[in-house]
Amino acid sequence: MLSLFFAIVGRDLKLALRRQADLVSALFFFIIVVSLFPLGVGPEMDMLRKMAPGILWVAALLATMLTLPRLFGDDYRDGTLEQLVLAPQPLPVTVLGKMAAHWLTSGLPLTLLAPVLGLQFDLSAEGLMVLTLALLVGTPSLSAIGAIGAALTLGLRGGGVLVSLLVLPLYIPVLIFGAGAVDAAVSGLGFEAHLSLLGALLAGSLFFAPWATAAALKISLE
Amino acid sequence: MSNRLINWFKFASPATFYPLAGKMIPWFVALSVLFGIAGLYLGMFVAPTDFQQGEGYRIIFIHVPASWMSMFIYLVMAFWAALGLAFNTRLSGMMATALAPTGALMAFLSLWTGALWGKPMWGTWWVWDARLTSELILLFLYIGFIALQSAIDDPRRADKAGAVLALVGVVNIPIIYFSVKWWNTLHQGASVSLTKSPSMAVTMLWAMLLVALCFWMYTIAVALARARNIMLERERHTEWVRALLAQPKP
Repeated sequence: MLSLFFAIVGRDLKLALRRQADLVSALFFFIIVVSLFPLGVGPEMDMLRKMAPGILWVAALLATMLTLPRLFGDDYRDGTLEQLVLAPQPLPVTVLGKMAAHWLTSGLPLTLLAPVLGLQFDLSAEGLMVLTLALLVGTPSLSAIGAIGAALTLGLRGGGVLVSLLVLPLYIPVLIFGAGAVDAAVSGLGFEAHLSLLGALLAGSLFFAPWATAAALKISLE
Repeated sequence: MSNRLINWFKFASPATFYPLAGKMIPWFVALSVLFGIAGLYLGMFVAPTDFQQGEGYRIIFIHVPASWMSMFIYLVMAFWAALGLAFNTRLSGMMATALAPTGALMAFLSLWTGALWGKPMWGTWWVWDARLTSELILLFLYIGFIALQSAIDDPRRADKAGAVLALVGVVNIPIIYFSVKWWNTLHQGASVSLTKSPSMAVTMLWAMLLVALCFWMYTIAVALARARNIMLERERHTEWVRALLAQPKP
């Protein structure tokens, strides 16, 4: 089971690294969206500092969502996904491997990039640290929940817009606690509770999402 | 099986459920109108005027039942969805599909009447209160469900995909509700409180319950009517639909 998991992760990583443009474009989307906000609301640092957690988190949500279609899309088109579903190995483990690879190629780079963008918003050192921690705990949930939406909309027309309609409402708790943690750290309150709740969301989504995604994949491939 | 009074499984088939639903709809419509008239009469004319809010508060008799229904319909939808996934019955998916637009309508109605009520009472159409926000998210969930189902051409796949989404949504609703609630208290949100006076007049409660019953009956009637149309559309290649359509209209 573990070897299956690592095999899937390794395969997806290898495929993703061969198409680096896809990875980089999602990251640049993140950077551009974050940079648009000061242009829209004005360069006052006080306001930007207050808005930074929300902006960074919303941008991370959108960037993750943009990468969701390629989670199963390519494998679906070339028939690999069908073979994976037919394989005797348990499908939820396969799905978990794909989620992990998706996080490594979308969530983790975002997390590493976020502190640099946080500097543009004049976040304090503690704020930057908590932002990174919160993204580190929160973005895997985004990959896990997003996988359900990606599996449900597989091969549908207008899949990209549809997936945002399905997934964004489900992202709201992660957004609230993720941005809340940074907010709390910036305003000098305890941020541990927020991080614990993010951890709880992660545990819950890692447990349930592979099953729901596996069920959705089977329906989509019928 | 045959010694049962009613064989419930008999009506799990569209061919037998279609005429039954047709017979049931007028009754639910009549009950809905009856409860509606009684509830609105009680609410608009009998219930005492609120000493703080004046006559404007009477929108509560639409607002609260609509909010109740919007949440309850999602649960019923998820119930049908689970039934459909577990037993692979065609009718369950049709019922879930038929309920979704009414649920979205109720959520919208609740937000709309809430805004109309909020303007004179709080001086604003909208506050980012926990309940308002979670009702809005519920509306988004309904819209996602409807959008997913209408994007899938194959009805069986639409049913099942919708069912998975409804179940994921029903697991998430409490999480979303509590996160929004905590978010609101953490942000020291709007100072307006939605809590009503603790002692509600008994007539007000009755009026609200009667309107809620009216909405129940309305929902059942409309869902059944919509389910009948879905049945005809999906089963158009079958014998019983052909026979039905061949009949001369009375």
